[in-house]
Amino acid sequence: MKNLNLIKSPVNLNNPITVQVLGICSALAVTAQLKPALVMALSVTVVTAFSNLIISALRNTIPSRIRIIVQLVVIAALVIIVDQLLKAYVYDVSKKLSVFVGLIITNCILMGRLEAFAMANKPWPSFLDGIGNGLGYGLILVIVAFIRELFGSGTLFGYHIIPHTFFDHGYLNNGMMILPPMALIIIGVIIWVQRSFNQSLIEK
Amino acid sequence: MNDLVNIFVRSIFIDNMIFAYFLGMCSYLAVSKTVKTSFGLGVAVVFVLVITAPVNWLIDTYLLKPGALSWLGSSYSEVDLSYLSFIIFIAVIAAIVQLVEMVVEKFSPSLYNALGIFLPLIAVNCAILGLSLFVQEKEYTAIGEVSVYALGSGIGWLLAIVSIAAIREKIRYSNIPAPLRGLGITFILTGLMAIAFMSFMGIKI
Repeated sequence: MKNLNLIKSPVNLNNPITVQVLGICSALAVTAQLKPALVMALSVTVVTAFSNLIISALRNTIPSRIRIIVQLVVIAALVIIVDQLLKAYVYDVSKKLSVFVGLIITNCILMGRLEAFAMANKPWPSFLDGIGNGLGYGLILVIVAFIRELFGSGTLFGYHIIPHTFFDHGYLNNGMMILPPMALIIIGVIIWVQRSFNQSLIEK
Repeated sequence: MNDLVNIFVRSIFIDNMIFAYFLGMCSYLAVSKTVKTSFGLGVAVVFVLVITAPVNWLIDTYLLKPGALSWLGSSYSEVDLSYLSFIIFIAVIAAIVQLVEMVVEKFSPSLYNALGIFLPLIAVNCAILGLSLFVQEKEYTAIGEVSVYALGSGIGWLLAIVSIAAIREKIRYSNIPAPLRGLGITFILTGLMAIAFMSFMGIKI
């Protein structure tokens, strides 16, 4: 039950993006289309889960003075593995994500969860915490990408969703959606909706 | 020379780190409550960017790129170490931030007090690593271009964080819907500012 909670709470009440305000840097730039967003979410989940697992297993042997650099090295090694895998199997997506795969290293979710959770907990709960936070991050990414791709280019995963008859009657794609500013505004609206349903999250 | 001015203006206004690439958003949102502290952080970011980007470019050009080691002799000209770039870049950034902190503390205590707690935070600011990776991707050929690009990006970041801080100081007196207060409205404001900055698109000097 407690372990289940570790996965559930970051998805909503303790969401890394909308509540903890971690990892926004890379969250926004990859959301113009659904496919890169999904790949990015998966990569972050994998890296968060395994870095949490490794650091938690090592937590009693790492001297606290040099822990940041140890954490960075573990994260960077995992990110290199992910990057090479993406290049090998989904090259086009990896090109689209460009520098943002590398930026997983400085994604605040990773350092934040390592410092806040993995350094003080056993490996298995840390692993679950990593998965949960990855999922919470991925959820927001997928929602934003869904909205942006559907209204911006009328497609999902590259397939046309909006019927052609709509276009014949004068429907137009909202080009604004593909541009960067809309990602920020959509996240702002998601936060608004989430906080309206969870009054406890409202800032004074 | 014209090229350099062009890179400089582009990196401040058009390829702005925050409004076009969302880099360094975490500290941008966390530290932008007052103009004074956000200015301190902005200056620290400019400072660190201007040092780390050229250093990482040099390392990339002379050690990591495919064929970069050819200056060691022809037998090394096939070596490709580029898969190491993430780990080396982040190590260099962490080390330089530490070094900058020590040097500043020694030679300019007043600057050290002003930058204070922000310097160590910068090691994990995505803007710093992001810029090194952008430089690698854009394949600049001269160190001058890299330095100007870093300076421009840093100033763009400073501009963004100081202006959002100024708006947030004023917005405290407005009546915002409760669930939107704080984080939500900051996102929407940033989005609106980004739209405004898009009007610079297409400028060429």
